[in-house]
Amino acid sequence: MSSPRHALGPSRFERALRSSVVLYVVLLVMLPLVVLVGFGLSDGPASFCERLMAPAARSALWLTLWTALLVGTLNTFLGAATAWVLVRYRLPARAVLSALVDLPLAIPTLVAGVMLAILYGPGSLIGSSFHAWGLDIVFARPGIVLALLFVTLPFVVRAVEPLLSEIDPAEEEAAIVLGAGPLRRFFTVFFPAILPAAISGGIRSLGRALGEFGSIVVIAGNIPFKTLTAPVFIFGEIESGAPKTAAAVSTFLLLFALGLHAAARMLERRTGVRRAAG
Amino acid sequence: MFYLGAVLVCPMAALVVETGHIGIGVALAAVAKPAALSALRMSLVLVVIALVANALVGTFGAIALVRHRFWAKGLLSALCDLPLAVSPVMIGLAFLLLLGRGGLLTPLLDTIGVKVVFSFPGLVIATLFVTLPFTIREIAYVLEEIGQSEEEAASTLGASPWQTFFRVTLPNIRIALGYGLLMTAARTLGEFGAVLVLGGSISGQTQTATTFIQDAIEERQLPDAYGMVLVLGITSVTLLLGLEWIKARRQATTTGKALK
Repeated sequence: MSSPRHALGPSRFERALRSSVVLYVVLLVMLPLVVLVGFGLSDGPASFCERLMAPAARSALWLTLWTALLVGTLNTFLGAATAWVLVRYRLPARAVLSALVDLPLAIPTLVAGVMLAILYGPGSLIGSSFHAWGLDIVFARPGIVLALLFVTLPFVVRAVEPLLSEIDPAEEEAAIVLGAGPLRRFFTVFFPAILPAAISGGIRSLGRALGEFGSIVVIAGNIPFKTLTAPVFIFGEIESGAPKTAAAVSTFLLLFALGLHAAARMLERRTGVRRAAG
Repeated sequence: MFYLGAVLVCPMAALVVETGHIGIGVALAAVAKPAALSALRMSLVLVVIALVANALVGTFGAIALVRHRFWAKGLLSALCDLPLAVSPVMIGLAFLLLLGRGGLLTPLLDTIGVKVVFSFPGLVIATLFVTLPFTIREIAYVLEEIGQSEEEAASTLGASPWQTFFRVTLPNIRIALGYGLLMTAARTLGEFGAVLVLGGSISGQTQTATTFIQDAIEERQLPDAYGMVLVLGITSVTLLLGLEWIKARRQATTTGKALK
């Protein structure tokens, strides 16, 4: 196994084991994705663009892009603030709150969607009062943003938290002695320390939001040109037997997500941040 | 904190209240129906398969990733991370294109007589894809942290590779393995998009707990849907408690090690 017999190198058995793991991962992960991209681009770039620019596809992609971007940005700040509160203040229910932050990692996103739909839906107190003000949440765009905020909540919080707790209290004390107010302290002491982690967490949220399906299906209502997101659009195209369009939109989103993924990985490697799994 | 409440706590409370309206008894009775039970059983079978597969792949993969030097290391590391970045629907589509009608590997599947799409093997493949990262990443992280000196000591003292593995490496990665496996279980129970596309949600055959909920909502069978939502919700909260417990333990052991 993990034998440290460096001089001899790994035994034949270890090498066989290693190769089977590599083969397993290549067959399971790489092959299907390569096939997907290959199929998506198989008719040449012109028809690829044409499929992406068809009105229904374009509006779904646009909706997904802007909601994901919004959620990624919001999450960077709200997540950093949440982590700040969790680390900095000894709240009574701190353990419970900290566990709650992990909840979206454990709960099925479909279940999350159902819960949000019940809470903010037209039948509920909150949903109906918002409706009275002319704002629908469920089966409308705010519901999409809400669901995305739910499923991406842990990413920034968990990326930022370890860094916040590692900051030397002496630094903040020095800032106090030098006469810096709380806001100035936040921006000079804490903000620079957590910025890379917050950004990589934000990128993760954005990437995750691009692909979210389970909760959106329940809460968005999936009305074409209004609340139909790209993943749900892809699903619809698969169901209605249009794999070419589905593959084109998938390829576009996949390449975008892979770019984000690579960027986040690079940032994490440089800062030594460990990201929330999920 | 208001934010956490609005996004996390209230929805859970709303679910409980709403199920209370229908009657928890009614909702739970709905879950006892044959279709619901078979969906639950399917999900559990998938969990077992995913746990076994990922315990093995995670352990050996992480050891290879951290302790070995070989040409495919960077590739392995990148690929193990990748499933987290891919939308479940796209995973389903990718496997449809690979294994479905006219797919690259379909002739091969036909000759050995295995049907993957819209059948059980499809669910397994989709599940294995989405759960790949959890064990391997957790274990790799811990292996890197603890370094190699204990293993080297064991082998200097004459332990065989297997003895070193079972007496030194495995106890060291136990907690990480447990954490990864709990995440694997949670993710398997919650997977929806990929098993829907690849499995087709055929009642009694390829329907899992999540696709059962979706079908129940579409058919306006709300008690069925809420009953299953409640079951999954309670299960995931239980898994979450397990995760938090492991986290607390891990913190205790790492501070213990730092003090030494």
